[in-house]
Amino acid sequence: MAAVLPIPAAEAVAAPAGPWRRALRRLVRRRAALLGLAVVLGFIVLAVFAPWVSPQDPIATSWSAIRKAPSAEHWFGTDEIGRDVLSRVIWGTRASLLAGVVSVSISLLIGVPIGMAAGFLGGWVDGVISRITDAFLACPFLILAIALAAFLGPSLTNAMVAIGISAAPIFVRLTRGQVLSMKVEDYVEAARAVGNPPWRIALRHILPNITAPLMVQATLAIAAAVIAEASLSFLGLGQQPPAPSWGSMLNTAKNFMDNAPWMAIWPGVSIFLLVLSFNLLGDGLRDALDPRQR
Amino acid sequence: MFDYLVKRIAQLLPTLVLVSMLIFGLQQLLPGDPAKILAGEEQDPAVVEYLRKKMHLDEPLPVRYAYWVGGVLRGDLGESIRNQQPVLDLVVQKLPVTLQLAAMAMAIALVIGIPAGIVSAVARGSIWDWTANLFALWGISTPNFWLGILLILLFAVNLGWLPASGYVSPFEDLWGNLQAMLMPAFVLGNAIAAVLMRHTRSAMLQVLSADYVRTARAKGLDEKTVVLKHALRNALTPVITLGALELGTLLSGAVLTEQVFTIPGFGKLIVDAVFNRDYAVVQGVVMVTATAYMVLNLLADLAYFAVNPRLRH
Repeated sequence: MAAVLPIPAAEAVAAPAGPWRRALRRLVRRRAALLGLAVVLGFIVLAVFAPWVSPQDPIATSWSAIRKAPSAEHWFGTDEIGRDVLSRVIWGTRASLLAGVVSVSISLLIGVPIGMAAGFLGGWVDGVISRITDAFLACPFLILAIALAAFLGPSLTNAMVAIGISAAPIFVRLTRGQVLSMKVEDYVEAARAVGNPPWRIALRHILPNITAPLMVQATLAIAAAVIAEASLSFLGLGQQPPAPSWGSMLNTAKNFMDNAPWMAIWPGVSIFLLVLSFNLLGDGLRDALDPRQR
Repeated sequence: MFDYLVKRIAQLLPTLVLVSMLIFGLQQLLPGDPAKILAGEEQDPAVVEYLRKKMHLDEPLPVRYAYWVGGVLRGDLGESIRNQQPVLDLVVQKLPVTLQLAAMAMAIALVIGIPAGIVSAVARGSIWDWTANLFALWGISTPNFWLGILLILLFAVNLGWLPASGYVSPFEDLWGNLQAMLMPAFVLGNAIAAVLMRHTRSAMLQVLSADYVRTARAKGLDEKTVVLKHALRNALTPVITLGALELGTLLSGAVLTEQVFTIPGFGKLIVDAVFNRDYAVVQGVVMVTATAYMVLNLLADLAYFAVNPRLRH
């Protein structure tokens, strides 16, 4: 064991870089995480440049090209009203990425301030917030999202709100726990001793120190949100036709499995790849940002 | 043990009250007058008036909540707008189907997930470990409705081995029932197997490096006894608690799986209710699901207690 000890010391001498730079270096060493990052970036490029990349109009129907198998003209085939599946898959990237990022942003915007209030203020505030969080967590995530989306009405925006609200309690709990453990650290005591007001301690001293676990959780939550959006769209509660989304494409595809199986393959492959990449990236970030968890 | 049980139940009650408020509050999200929305397209004034009376819409919110929760406590979850059946009856009708699906899925998840976790921990770094980890990544990243579609394509459309959809009661035709439920149960169990595998692997890795395992090996026990008898027992305790959290995934996943395979269970009930704007059914199903989830978690806690003698004192 003694032989292991000098290594971190040597590393500290050789690399006086900050914790973020060291984390980045650890991340770069993980090939799976880099692969995940590359695929995510690829999807972002597809989403941004969809109008230029997609070979055809994603909502243009063609009665002469109904349920055509993949060919040189339609690489992924066509759907039940003659739309180009490849173009719809490319445009569908927008709905999925948007849903992933927007709903997790909503979760963070709700969850982090509330979690900080609970952890920092303690007492009855913490008690009330924790009980409400328990109540939300008692409803299975997707069932709560379905119920919220049902009452709000079916649309992509409402689906994102529903997913964001349903996932927020996880961030409340995580933030609260992190704040509780940071609150007793010496540097927070020191900040308090020199007369910093509580809000300044919370925002300037505690928040920057809990960003790492929040980032990891957010990345993994995007993966869950992408699946959730696809699920809601599959059930008809997300993106509304004719706008393309991977979930709603699969919903239609299941009615044509006998004679147009290609309709079901590509949207599913896309969801799988995007979710897998966010999961790989999240796992890599966790290892890079929090080496103790390894 | 008894004190602990009492404490846990005492914690459960305020949460249940808040859950009921949350679910009741969903109604407030409806854009506009609930009575008019529920009355459908025609908005017949007589129907609107009837609904307004029935839902106590002229009363203030807390009074309406009291009416609703009073009903829930008496087992009255409201009435379906669609077919005037009590929501509780609908739930009781559909519940056994989903329970069978969930039980089969959990069994599949346990049979795949735990052995895979053990093997990958024991043979850490081997091709087996690698395969199991790959399977786990696949399991958590595949949307179960897509997996369902793929399996239907393969086993029903192409090979013709299993029915693509539909449900047969086990009391009418047990073999037909099992055939119809096999694919959905696998689809639902797959993701949970992946999570169980990961938990089992990390718990086993921790336990395998413990001193008592070294002692067991040192006294000459064969590896099988060390792994299965000494290590696994202790590794399984955290897996029970973490696995219980997956019951939520099971209930959520059932909604989509039942939709893909047209199984008339709980999930189908909530989705149909959503599209028929049958809000009382949606609220009722969510209430029952949340309660079931909480009770199952309590049971998992008790199981944790039962397998871990150290906690009994």
